[in-house]
Amino acid sequence: MKPLDKALLLEIYRKMVSVRIFEETAADLFLKGQIPGFLHVYIGEEAVAAGVMAHLTDQDYISSTHRGHGHAVAKGARLDMMMAELHGKKTGYCHGKGGSMHIADLDLGILGANGIVGGGVPIATGAGLALKLQGTDRVCVCFFGDGASNTGAFYEGVNLASVWDLPVVFVCENNQYAESTPRATHQRVKNVSDRAAAFNIPGIGMDGMDVFDVYQKTGEAIDQARAGKGPILLEARTYRFLGHFVGDPQNYRTKEEVEEWKKRDPIQMFRKRVIEEKQCVAADLDAIDAQIKKDIDAAVEFARQSPEPEVELALQDIFTE
Amino acid sequence: MRKITYREAVTEALREEMKRDERVYLLGEDIAEFGGSYKTTVGLLQEFGKERVRNTPISEAAIIGCALGSALLGMRPVAELMYVDFAGIAMDQIANQTAKVKYMFGGKAKVPVTIRTQGGTGRSSAAQHAQSLEAWFLHVPGLKVVMPSNAYDLKGLLKASIRDDNPVIFIEHKLLYATTSEIPDEEYLLPLGKADVKRQGKDVTIVANSRMVQLSLAAADRLAAEGIECEVVDPMTLAPLDEETILNSVGKTNKLVVVNEAAPVCGFASEVAAIVAEKGFDLLDAPIQRVTSMHTPIPFAPKLEKYVTVSEEKIMAAVKKIVG
Repeated sequence: MKPLDKALLLEIYRKMVSVRIFEETAADLFLKGQIPGFLHVYIGEEAVAAGVMAHLTDQDYISSTHRGHGHAVAKGARLDMMMAELHGKKTGYCHGKGGSMHIADLDLGILGANGIVGGGVPIATGAGLALKLQGTDRVCVCFFGDGASNTGAFYEGVNLASVWDLPVVFVCENNQYAESTPRATHQRVKNVSDRAAAFNIPGIGMDGMDVFDVYQKTGEAIDQARAGKGPILLEARTYRFLGHFVGDPQNYRTKEEVEEWKKRDPIQMFRKRVIEEKQCVAADLDAIDAQIKKDIDAAVEFARQSPEPEVELALQDIFTE
Repeated sequence: MRKITYREAVTEALREEMKRDERVYLLGEDIAEFGGSYKTTVGLLQEFGKERVRNTPISEAAIIGCALGSALLGMRPVAELMYVDFAGIAMDQIANQTAKVKYMFGGKAKVPVTIRTQGGTGRSSAAQHAQSLEAWFLHVPGLKVVMPSNAYDLKGLLKASIRDDNPVIFIEHKLLYATTSEIPDEEYLLPLGKADVKRQGKDVTIVANSRMVQLSLAAADRLAAEGIECEVVDPMTLAPLDEETILNSVGKTNKLVVVNEAAPVCGFASEVAAIVAEKGFDLLDAPIQRVTSMHTPIPFAPKLEKYVTVSEEKIMAAVKKIVG
């Protein structure tokens, strides 16, 4: 595991803030009617993507979810192409054919967001099999939520990875709700990580609001997977500050509960700690904020200026010729 | 030339493609030591080892999802679903994931996944082990669907499917495994998307797939004795469909019977009928006839199973209804 020196701390901060501002901007544009479809944003969960991705290279893979922008941004996806895809533009990652829930960049190891809850789990297992058969020490990290941990695809995918000892790290982002349904009413286990016992693999809980905890525990898990010791189930306890989708009336939770979680905003917690511990100064962090705002403004401008896809594109890419 | 069974054609095609390309590997339930429920993978574990002949848990969704994930990283998996009926468990991975990733990602993915399975009636396998579910897959853009009717076709089509960079649903028929064909000693492939005229005739075109080709050819022999000459067209690949060969044949005979073992509603027979009605209406001298199973679950008792499914006699009756 790489030591958390200043350069890496700033990189982790940059990832978290990139995700936060990208999502705030996308949500704003969505509410203004400039982004079609629906939008699931990752605000509040940034420490998970940033803490995990700090351990991965472009040669490592991730599978993502319907709430996938944060994973893609933290893995290094291009902000302009992502923003253009959200706008349904030709210059987007999928030429406007995928949208928010299908952004992928195979060259960066991003195996795609996924519109089906739990659908990415067996795919991550398959990526792990390929990495093993190809004799590499690369890994695949599979993101999914507490809701997905109730699907058959989750059990089938994790079980297969466990019996084949595949280099897959399963990261549950337990944000306390499956859409509108609170955890207490959709699963009886106290922790999603307890389900690791069903596969006889390690199951480890993390504070998903604390990027230092995520960094440490995922680092150990990824090192294990790289060493050929098989899969691990991690659970990051986190919270989505907005609803399931932008515009969600959120009548299933209280404002007080949301405010309580916001006191543990992962970005503010990070800033407070690194400044108190004198690892960084506020000016370092503020400079990153300013640069990211510029980058995202440029991404939005790129998306706005980009052409819509020609209708003929709808008929292409169904098959490889 | 030498004679092999439909079952041996599967094994030979898999063996040849695994020898040719080390990215090809197999995964499925009971395919290793056991050699597959229909004995199509016998000997491959011993020849290629357990890394490339992978027994899985009973987890159809994981089998297909795993195949897809590995294909995105450059492998060329051949996944086996023991029965096509079990596709229900895997349907998200087939229809929402494997079929669509290339399109959803804006074209930047290759998905060389072959899904072998088998279907069909005739062995008292009842309602969950004897269906003909090809229409489920035909309805999904992004999937190729191949259904061979004899051992020769099977070998050439399976090899082509494994070399194809797209998802292919390859549906064998449980009653054909013991049937034999002459095949050449040298390697051959049959292109996907190309139909084959199995019998020439001037009076009526019969479009049939999988085992229905064999029933139609037998019916055609019996009808020939009565002076009716049937042309039997086997699409071999149902998606993408070789419409041209079908329309050319109807242009010659001006009559069409479509034979398909599945339930009739929104089935492959309906699709062929619709295509010919739209594109070849002027070629037709009689109403198109469909011969399919009845719209019931497949029953268990041999007498009941025979009653609801397709027979030579039902095909002959459909032909006679519009010829002569």
